[in-house]
Amino acid sequence: METNQVNISLNVNGKKIQITTYGMKRLLDVLREDIGLTGTKEGCGEGECGACSIFMDGQLVNSCLIPVFQAEGKKIETIENLEGKTELHKIQKSFLQHGGAQCGICTPGMILATKELLAKKSGKLTAKEIEEGLGGNLCRCTGYLKIFESVKQAEGK
Amino acid sequence: MKSYIPHFLMLKEKSFNQTLEKLSTGPGIIPFAGGTDLMVLFEAGKLAEGTFLDISHLKELAGIYEHKDFLEIRALTTYSEIKNHPIVRREFPLLYEAAKVVGARAIQNRATIGGNIANASPAADGPPALLCYDAIIEIAAAKKNRKVPYCDFHKNYKVMDLKMGELIKAVWLRRSKSFTGVKKEFYHKVGTRKAQAISKVCFAAKVQLSQGQVQEIRLAYGSMAPYPVRAKSTERILQGEKLSSNLIQLAITQLQKDLSPIDDIRSTAKYRMQVACNLLKQFLEGCL
Repeated sequence: METNQVNISLNVNGKKIQITTYGMKRLLDVLREDIGLTGTKEGCGEGECGACSIFMDGQLVNSCLIPVFQAEGKKIETIENLEGKTELHKIQKSFLQHGGAQCGICTPGMILATKELLAKKSGKLTAKEIEEGLGGNLCRCTGYLKIFESVKQAEGK
Repeated sequence: MKSYIPHFLMLKEKSFNQTLEKLSTGPGIIPFAGGTDLMVLFEAGKLAEGTFLDISHLKELAGIYEHKDFLEIRALTTYSEIKNHPIVRREFPLLYEAAKVVGARAIQNRATIGGNIANASPAADGPPALLCYDAIIEIAAAKKNRKVPYCDFHKNYKVMDLKMGELIKAVWLRRSKSFTGVKKEFYHKVGTRKAQAISKVCFAAKVQLSQGQVQEIRLAYGSMAPYPVRAKSTERILQGEKLSSNLIQLAITQLQKDLSPIDDIRSTAKYRMQVACNLLKQFLEGCL
């Protein structure tokens, strides 16, 4: 049988991982199915909802839109990489404390988008900047206000 | 139905020249950059099976270069890079505005200007801005590079002046000379939602006025024709004339001849035309 499978070496959450798979396989599916990191969620599968957000070389991206072929040699960071050994990350704590997470499907993406927002901000975030920064992440539970509150509180810490 | 992955092959060549050579070997080899359009089709089972050539690693296609008379934006430049570039923000505000509304951050971090052009969606956000700046597209090929004015690049729905083996290399924008009159630029995207949504109508416009008289004008629309278009006959009606309420009314009537919107999943032809006219009115009245 002809096969298009290729060997790909990935750097996921600081670990080197070798896999053999199809180059067009979505990074999202590789993370969840081949590597077993199910923190990254699938929502829309078309780059609209942000549930599959991860960091690739330090940039927030939608893992449903990345063929694993293009992730070779890149530094991949998922939600599993956020918490410390003994403690949750301050953004996670803030979401927990302020009701920023309900059903949990959007939460990993929301938290990583918040991380990018806090990392790239200059000065204190305005409400508009928070809305824009999380514009690519949809939530059907919270009505967003509790998420915005969680972001604001995380920023203060 | 989802795509059957084993029928998709992804390749990469080491160098830019090898990539161009590879592209020239057959019509079935599709360049693959940020993937923000192709992967959506792939997941929906709508991407034609075949061979995709990764170009995302090519240095020759990356970066924004400042020249004395031009800003050269290489094809792999992402909308995040465009949005954050000081010269784009200062000298090409329409492109800056467009870059801000292309998807949201995660998309802007991956979506490239070359891909936005080559995907040839009539609803693309960047192209109306490029049309207003008389952008020039540099096209590379194994044999010969060439440049074409962007306003002649799209020929019909997804039909471009891009032959087999050719690859968009860069977008060149002429840096404007100092102008003593009034300069106004306007960009507005109308969609169902502010972030992420694909446009129902997108409008970019630029005018130079001296004492109320139109010296130079560009009006460009997205989602109003089979490809991003300039409203050229409307521009001609306004060119050289003194702006007035009557002239604006004439321009709005003329505009309907330049545009050919359709009914589709996102909107109706009627609504689109009404909004396109309203946007032109809003822009021109703001110049009175």
